[in-house]
Amino acid sequence: MTQSNATVLKSYEYISPTRRTVMGIIFLALALGIWALFSRTVTPEMQTTFSLYPGGSSVVVPDWVFPTQPMLNVLAFAGALLGAYQLARGFGRQTNTILGVVSALFIFGFLAWGASGSSLNLAGLLKVAVVRAVPLVLGAFSGILCERSGVFNIAIEGMMLTAAFCAALFGSLVNIWFGLFIAILTGGVMALALAVLAIKYKVDQIIAGTVINIFATGITSFLSAKFLQRYGDLNDSGRFGTWDVPVLSKIPFIGPVFFSHNLFIYAMFIFVILLTVALFYTQWGLRTRAVGEHPKAADTLGINVNRTRYISVVLGGMMAGFAGAYFVLGSVGRFDEVMTAGRGFVGLAAMIFGNWNPIGSLGAGMLFGFADSLASKLAILKVPIPNKFLEMGPYIITMIVLAGVVGRGQPPAAGGKPYEKE
Amino acid sequence: MEPVLDLRGITKRFPGVLANDHISIDLMQGEIHALLGENGAGKTTLMNILYGLYKPDEGDIFVKGQKLTIDTPNDAIKAGVGMVHQHFMLIPVFTVTENIMLGDEYLKPGGFLDRKKAAARIREISQQYNLQVEPDAYVKDLPVGIQQRVEIIKLLFRNADILILDEPTAVLTPQEVDELFNIMKKLVEQGKSIILITHKLREVMEFADRTTVIRGGKVIGTAKQSETNQFELAAMMVGRQIELNIDKKTAETKDVVLDVKNLKVLDTHHQVAVANVSFEVRAGEVLGIAGVQGNGQTELVRALTGLTHPVEGKIHLLERDITHAPVKQITELGTAHIPEDRQKDGLVMTYSIEDNLILNTWYKAPFTRNVILQRKVILDNAQQLVSNFDIRTPSALTATSHLSGGNQQKVIVAREFSRPIKLLVASQPTRGLDVGSIEYIHRRIIEKRDDGCAVLLVSTELDEIMQLSDRVAVMYRGQILAIVDPKTTSREEIGLLMAGVVPEAH
Amino acid sequence: MTKTEATQQPKDAFSIFLDELRRNSLTVTILAIVTGLLAGGLIAAVTTEGVYAAFRVSFFGGLKAGLMVFWDTYRALFTGSVGVPADIFNALRSGDGAAINKAFTPFFESLLQATPYIFAGLAVALGFRVGLFNIGAEGQIFVGALGTVWVATSLKGLPTIIHVPLALLGGAITGGIWGMIPGWLKAKTGAHEVINTIMMNYIAFRLSEYLLNGILRDPHKSTPISAPIEKSAWLPRFFDDPNRFHAGFFIALLMAFLVYWLLFKTSWGFELRTVGLNPNAARYAGMNIVRSTVITMFLSGALAGMAGANEVLGVNHNLAVAFSSGYGFDSIALALLGNSHPLGVVLAALLFGFLRNGAIQMQLTAGIPIDIISVLQALILAFIAAPAIIRTMYHLKEPKVTEPTLVAAKPEGK
Repeated sequence: MTQSNATVLKSYEYISPTRRTVMGIIFLALALGIWALFSRTVTPEMQTTFSLYPGGSSVVVPDWVFPTQPMLNVLAFAGALLGAYQLARGFGRQTNTILGVVSALFIFGFLAWGASGSSLNLAGLLKVAVVRAVPLVLGAFSGILCERSGVFNIAIEGMMLTAAFCAALFGSLVNIWFGLFIAILTGGVMALALAVLAIKYKVDQIIAGTVINIFATGITSFLSAKFLQRYGDLNDSGRFGTWDVPVLSKIPFIGPVFFSHNLFIYAMFIFVILLTVALFYTQWGLRTRAVGEHPKAADTLGINVNRTRYISVVLGGMMAGFAGAYFVLGSVGRFDEVMTAGRGFVGLAAMIFGNWNPIGSLGAGMLFGFADSLASKLAILKVPIPNKFLEMGPYIITMIVLAGVVGRGQPPAAGGKPYEKE
Repeated sequence: MEPVLDLRGITKRFPGVLANDHISIDLMQGEIHALLGENGAGKTTLMNILYGLYKPDEGDIFVKGQKLTIDTPNDAIKAGVGMVHQHFMLIPVFTVTENIMLGDEYLKPGGFLDRKKAAARIREISQQYNLQVEPDAYVKDLPVGIQQRVEIIKLLFRNADILILDEPTAVLTPQEVDELFNIMKKLVEQGKSIILITHKLREVMEFADRTTVIRGGKVIGTAKQSETNQFELAAMMVGRQIELNIDKKTAETKDVVLDVKNLKVLDTHHQVAVANVSFEVRAGEVLGIAGVQGNGQTELVRALTGLTHPVEGKIHLLERDITHAPVKQITELGTAHIPEDRQKDGLVMTYSIEDNLILNTWYKAPFTRNVILQRKVILDNAQQLVSNFDIRTPSALTATSHLSGGNQQKVIVAREFSRPIKLLVASQPTRGLDVGSIEYIHRRIIEKRDDGCAVLLVSTELDEIMQLSDRVAVMYRGQILAIVDPKTTSREEIGLLMAGVVPEAH
Repeated sequence: MTKTEATQQPKDAFSIFLDELRRNSLTVTILAIVTGLLAGGLIAAVTTEGVYAAFRVSFFGGLKAGLMVFWDTYRALFTGSVGVPADIFNALRSGDGAAINKAFTPFFESLLQATPYIFAGLAVALGFRVGLFNIGAEGQIFVGALGTVWVATSLKGLPTIIHVPLALLGGAITGGIWGMIPGWLKAKTGAHEVINTIMMNYIAFRLSEYLLNGILRDPHKSTPISAPIEKSAWLPRFFDDPNRFHAGFFIALLMAFLVYWLLFKTSWGFELRTVGLNPNAARYAGMNIVRSTVITMFLSGALAGMAGANEVLGVNHNLAVAFSSGYGFDSIALALLGNSHPLGVVLAALLFGFLRNGAIQMQLTAGIPIDIISVLQALILAFIAAPAIIRTMYHLKEPKVTEPTLVAAKPEGK
């Protein structure tokens, strides 16, 4: 007798050729779009002017002026090349990166076309995008902290709102630093409530989140109507001023866009590093992710699943609290009813788009912030697209990502399930 | 010599069930001590108590002569007790190193993970016991046998010297089983002690030094391997002499009912699970599919019953092409299906027996007329089946979750057998059941065969296959290696086939 | 395995009754509502400056002031939602039709407020029964209203008997489509419906802003608001002003009955519920999960859309931006409170309707902002979702049989 002569089947990684083709076609379509929609509709002598100087900075940079049509043709050609390569050979694991590149080409083409014959303040646009990204990215971080440990948090919105209220109140009563402190604390307390409901009482996490959201909307509107609207002194916190980073803020274009902001923007960049290191390079991160992936395995190795989840959720809440403080202390200096206006949910979307990863979420948040920033500039560009449709962008992108068209994300495996020992 | 581990009078009650009844067991150093018992005898509960996952209601645990209270897995780990669970406790998206060091991390100053140092230690252990595990691989990419070794390294990494292996061979091929036992030998040679939990007699006879038999939560007896034999242990395990052969007439085979040609099926991860499989089942015969769990049986059954569709090949039922037919049509053509996992697939546990009995005929007369459910007919049907199939329940309106496993399976059997069927696909029909229910279900299956129904029986229990089948097809890695006659083929030959070894040059 | 015999002790009838009461989940529901209401009063009391002033004078004075706030709050809530008993009594005695109408107006106004809650609550409850979490009722209400307003303003010269059903249908279909998209994505790609319905909410808000600033906008108005709908599309009212009670309430009740009938009396409902409770078993039994998911989300969206239609056709008679005030989110609380059963939903919706209407009065007379209602609803929802809180609070016993989880297990993504 011998070992079986019958062929022993090898398991192979399943790569869908359909997806490769679909992506190739998408690339080509975008390239075609640049050519057909933009390039063909401008006259050859038109020029585009991009201002690289957002104003308020001491570094003056000359405007960037280029002939519109040749630039668009170059962009379209580059996109078409990438599309052709994708169809012929495929970029494999880099496909999504290339998708990002082609999309960037398309967006740039769109801007060049929209500003043809006139001028667009590109630096201003990007600077606003960075600012608009802040609550989304911080919200996404909050979601990452919770979901990596296996607890869905759809209450980011509510936590931000309550924290914003407290930031305004205590910022007005004491000072903005104290307001910030209380806002973070508030986020933590709200998250603790979520954790108790979801972990101790094993309430469905979506419902627990809904409880927090309804409660937050109610209590802040109630207290605001009862006090803040009647006593103006209670709703005048002031806000953190702009602080230019030495040296870096002097870099032309980059400096004013990234390094001339207030505390919250810098915190966002610091948090992305901190969170990445903490999640992937520390004991805490390894354990937290283990609990989110396979709580029982963690339990058998002596890790206290529920305690780990409590800690992560509360930290996530504090992050949401910090994000909430931004609305008041980093932006308008006062509290308005339901002022978060769904940013918590967009943050959740950024987290999904960023594949539950801090760096990815930063990118996603920036993209969404850019869409937001662009929407407010559309009127200037005289582009025949209603800005409301651009504002829908982040939501539609998230749905497309969730549907797995662009490649499916990897949510933590145990997300949403309470842990029970047998 | 003092035992390294001594359990005395361990008792554990669950609501309504006495899972462990004053169990006492000891383990000597360098010994492989088997814990033998049927499914549900209380073996796993006992080990979960030892590992700190459950708290015992009574009893003491002594490790190396010291009395310990083990409240959490941490206490067990500290006491040098480690456990490889039946369902692996591994995180697929983590590397081997991350999985092993989790909970006992090597750290650099500042709380940062020291993956390199941990990986070095893992290589060292891997070499010492000849385990051949690559620390940087992702667990999701590893075959099951290697994953099990990762679990073993996890214990050694924590310097455990009492190792508990819970049904370690359930998911392994015979070859991998041999490798596992070589590893176990090496472990005991180097001073470790092992508790082997199993319900397979052969493994116990071959590898254990001593065996303790547990039944119904009680210790029935402990015996040294040299002083006992297979039949004695078997009798202790089931409580009475097992009937080795049930009475059955020779098969009167008639027309082909199910005809499968060159079938290729992918699993949920898009990997080939069934390849180039062809066979036919005739009316009045039982075709048994033997094989170690995970060799494509599940996917084969799913394809035959319409739950998934093959990527290549053809399936004909009574000469009709059902390759891409939906479940409903296959059921209507006269197929009955006893699913592998009855609670997951076969029943809605919160539904009453009454509703579960119409689960796949709910839309048809007489249960539904003009889309209105006919409650009275449904209840009458249920009451009749409850008595015909001897389902032990207070009422036909009782929720299925309140029934014992055997009675739950009877609900499925009652539902499937009460229709006029031409083909029965029974997948692990007696898994986890008590001996009485097993006998009952076996008898019912043979009855159906004698009525002229074609039966496809899929089981990982070779005994069950040998007893019931008229022909046996052996599946190995997605293929059928041979179809043999159980009357003229020894179980050893079939066992070799299950391991992928085919007789040379036919 | 051996079963341990439960020791049976003889008990008298009353203690058995008491025992049952302490196990009953209805008891928990009622206590959850009562506790929520009390907590609301407490919040009202501790946020009233007068109470603190009174405490500074004397402890009992403070206590009294606090209780007065409690009393005022609930009195305002009651008279606002049911009516002033004395007025009702006098009006009935006088026999004056107009006076009776006026006295009963608060009561009917509460029914009016409950109507969209019934629709939206049914929407969420139907989803729950099929294992789907439709958190997007809010968006579906919006697009339903958009569809309705389009039918109700653009079709002219139709008789009411045709125009009203058409307009309702317009809302139901647009809302249904809005719900069906996440349903289809879920069924086909496994994308989580919770996230997708949230996203669809915001797309709906933007869409309504766009349309109400564009083709649906009334050019004569300075704010983005639709033109008034045709008179023929008004849901008929039964009484004179100020009583706005209209036929929508009865349509809502009819819908509740239809949902009940569908779920529990038909073979379709059997299929849907099976899919909700155990999708694997449903697949095994030959049921069509994709179809069930898509149809359920369509029906769920349609019910929510009808809530929007109801508001347009019965109450506002036009459509403004951000017209729905959180019905969609409250309806999640409602569905849970009503245990996802149509009858339970109707009762819960009535409770919420009365609370909401009473709160409007409360805001006027007791100076308590109406948003307290949201706080109250959140608390009730928390207590309902975590019955253990209430059980511990009132020393209730665990139920004998484990309660079925309110939200059924979700089918795993592919």
